[in-house]
Amino acid sequence: MNRRSLFALAAGTAAVPMLARPAFAQQATITGAGATFPRPVYERWGQAAREPLSIQLNYQSIGSGGGINQITNRTVDFGATDAPRNEAQLREANLIQFPTVMGSVVLIVNLPGVADNTLKLTPEVITDIFLGRITRWNDPRLVELNRDLRMPNLPVSPAYRADASGTTFVFTTYLSRVSETWKNGPGAATSVQWPVGNGARGNEGVSNAVRNTAGAIGYTENAYATVNRLITTQIRNKAGNFVLPVMETFQAAAGTADWTRPGFAADLVDLGGPNAWPIVAPTFILLPTNPVADRVAGSRNTMRFFDWAFRNGADAARRLEYIPIPEAVQASVRSTWSQVRDPSGNAIWTGSAA
Amino acid sequence: MQQSVSNSPRSRSSSGAGADKFFEWLCVGAGLFVLGLLGAIIITLFIGGLPAFLEFGPQFLWSTAWQPVEGRENYGAAVPIIGTIVTSVLAILIAVPVAFGIAFYLTELAPEWLRQPVGTAIELLAAVPSIIFGMWGLFVLVPIVQNYIQLPFGATLSALPLIGGVFDSNNFAGTSVFAASMVLAIMILPFIAATMRDVFMQVPPVYKESAYGLGATRWEVVSGVVIPYTRISVVGGIMLGLGRALGETMAVTFVIGNANRMFTSIFDPSTTIASVVAMEFPESLMGSLKQSSLLALGFLLFVISFIVLAISRWLLRSRLK
Amino acid sequence: MSTTFDISTDPAKNMDAARALGRRRRFVDRLVQTLCVLATLIGLLFLASILFTLFLRGFAALDWTVLTKEFEPTTYGDDTAPRGGLAHAIIGTFIQTTIATSIGTPIGLLVGTYLAEYARGSRLGDAVRFVSDVLLSAPSILIGLFIYQLVVLPMGGFSGLAGTLALAVIVIPVVVRTTEDMLTLIPNTLREAVVALGAPKWKMVILVCWRAALSGIVTGVLLAFARIAGETAPLLLTSFGNNIISTDLSTAMGSLPIAIYQQANSGFPDLINIAWAGALLVTLGVLAVNIVARLLLRTRK
Repeated sequence: MNRRSLFALAAGTAAVPMLARPAFAQQATITGAGATFPRPVYERWGQAAREPLSIQLNYQSIGSGGGINQITNRTVDFGATDAPRNEAQLREANLIQFPTVMGSVVLIVNLPGVADNTLKLTPEVITDIFLGRITRWNDPRLVELNRDLRMPNLPVSPAYRADASGTTFVFTTYLSRVSETWKNGPGAATSVQWPVGNGARGNEGVSNAVRNTAGAIGYTENAYATVNRLITTQIRNKAGNFVLPVMETFQAAAGTADWTRPGFAADLVDLGGPNAWPIVAPTFILLPTNPVADRVAGSRNTMRFFDWAFRNGADAARRLEYIPIPEAVQASVRSTWSQVRDPSGNAIWTGSAA
Repeated sequence: MQQSVSNSPRSRSSSGAGADKFFEWLCVGAGLFVLGLLGAIIITLFIGGLPAFLEFGPQFLWSTAWQPVEGRENYGAAVPIIGTIVTSVLAILIAVPVAFGIAFYLTELAPEWLRQPVGTAIELLAAVPSIIFGMWGLFVLVPIVQNYIQLPFGATLSALPLIGGVFDSNNFAGTSVFAASMVLAIMILPFIAATMRDVFMQVPPVYKESAYGLGATRWEVVSGVVIPYTRISVVGGIMLGLGRALGETMAVTFVIGNANRMFTSIFDPSTTIASVVAMEFPESLMGSLKQSSLLALGFLLFVISFIVLAISRWLLRSRLK
Repeated sequence: MSTTFDISTDPAKNMDAARALGRRRRFVDRLVQTLCVLATLIGLLFLASILFTLFLRGFAALDWTVLTKEFEPTTYGDDTAPRGGLAHAIIGTFIQTTIATSIGTPIGLLVGTYLAEYARGSRLGDAVRFVSDVLLSAPSILIGLFIYQLVVLPMGGFSGLAGTLALAVIVIPVVVRTTEDMLTLIPNTLREAVVALGAPKWKMVILVCWRAALSGIVTGVLLAFARIAGETAPLLLTSFGNNIISTDLSTAMGSLPIAIYQQANSGFPDLINIAWAGALLVTLGVLAVNIVARLLLRTRK
């Protein structure tokens, strides 16, 4: 094969992708980054909104920490985080914060012979597992709780998120709430120093780690547990009842949320309701109040997108097992959007018709 | 071996001389640009990491803390540094005998028609992107380590006298220092094998032939003639492999278990500088102490790689001339 | 005294000792040979295992949809949702690697020419060669960090441009190394003949040396192209990833390695299958380019 024909072949192959490029209409693009927690629902909304709004969503799920970082640096149009920012932080970074959906964190285990939603765990036991104080599954305390199950003699292998994650934030907030030792030890954050266990990347990493190791236990957002058919557990909530990780208990927790806190940072962790799942949390969007001229269009389109999602996206959210935000809260959210102003001081959001 | 052809002082046309000067400056400029590039990388990393160095002082180097919670932040480089060095050294220990075997086979044992294809196949292993190694490592190697090495042999290995402690671990997820070392070993294997093969082939045939003439076996020729002749270059090639292993990111991140804790057993999870940066940099806020610590780690990795590569080049200089 | 092997005893005079020695040497030789064959088989086994896994899981998911459609979210929860693909990533990788190679190759070519034609034996030349080799083996994530500080932050956003620049930095030392190696192989007599005919040096270099070393240089460029096509770490911090087909260098751009990385971690089996298909594509592409490059080199010889 001589050189000339080789080059011709290479040039020909190079041209193919150019030819195959589909024609796409002129569409506005908004870029967001952050939490993996709500990724499935944001992507589904993005897909559905393309037609009616002519907006394309580019969402990169790099973790809540990454989302906060990117929006603080103004390298994206909006940030997504499960860990709400407090008033001072929002003011300092010139951001507003609003919730979009609520999701739940569940515990997943891999124990031969133990079926879905049969293992019973209490807050104390969960904390001790992740502190490394309980090292085998046939520990007397676990056997005591689960008399109807045969607890295998396997080592306990905790798995956690190695990347900064809102799921970690929600879970460690729960652990800090139920245990002084945990609060003073690793604490609650998107990334902590875990005393024991293996770190994995993303919800997939944790699901994988648990699926592949007999005796593993991890925490993950509910949708990932369902789609991967992982074994979830019951948890004893604050009222003393063992609840299952199902839509009813999630909604029971969500129903008692207090949305009047600054930044809509409703606290749904370890609530007192009799049927409430103890680890439920909203997930938030961060939007700059002072976008630069280049980003004004992106800002407007982000608000249009979420406005549309509030009105039309509840079904899609429920099908993915998230809980939509109540309508009253949605109205509140829209009123905070008036704080977003362009460089000449005018409010960018002028109502749903925009 | 060859001298540069010097410029003729009697160039015909002035435009020829001008064009010559211009072209020469272009080339020199490009060379200086490369120098500047390296300098810029080092300076950028150092300046970025300076706040961390100032905050923590020299104890940054040996502190095993890694506390990211706001308000009580404390970072130390010891765990990533030791993780990087241990996984790379273990990878070398595993890869070098196998690479030697491959090089020996390709230069002495293989029939002529087999040398090209096998050599190419080994070199293709070097071309596989590292993320593929990561995925393969996670989906194929880790379960093997978990199910065929750790679970059956873990207890017996930890019972060994003296070195048993190295194998004793509570971690049965398979992602561990050992898994990372294995994946690294497979990644650097082709580089070391190719270097060894190249230097083995440079031994003057007359030395080998005289040894054969005296009745030496193949192994004796290699151990008695080839290796002593090439040992410096061989070590240089090993150092080159070590340099690659130190900086490997994606393959290690998938299989090392990402635990910012000091490990006591090769079956424990740990972390390396490259993987902790890949994991935690995107999340770090600009100008934060965490980002600065990560840049400081990047700077340290650069320094370590630089030293290893410098030693490797110095040892290989006879081969390069 | 004579129970142990006595060096002064001539083995030829003691047939038993000679035979035992010969047996032992032959045994060691056989043992080592077997181990070496084993080592080679192990090396080949790993390659086979990787390719096998890729083919098994990648081909199962590879179809026309994956090649031509851009990213769609998982179909979990809604079976009527359209399936997505990797078109955005393929185009992004193609754009970034092509432009990065176009930027890095001229620079690498000039540096390699400098080292081979102008700087043999000079201190500056040695320093440049050393620095080029350091860059060749430098951890690619550090290059990503560097470009992030230098380009992403001032620009205020991720961009295909930043990703391209990071890849170009990786291309340069590969091209430098192969260019220099190829040019030094050209005999000096060729150079002397050209200069004797009155040609200025720059013409000698460009029209004669480069042309003579062309296939070797092209090999280097192809190898660099293959290498950057598979790089993930530097792109993680520079071009960030984009799920929409985009040819705009000033905004974030997708690429195959990033798409693989993100979809493999997505938690949804249908997206993970697409990730494996992407992994297969990248590997096949990289291996194909490598084989073509080696064939080019061999036909030259």
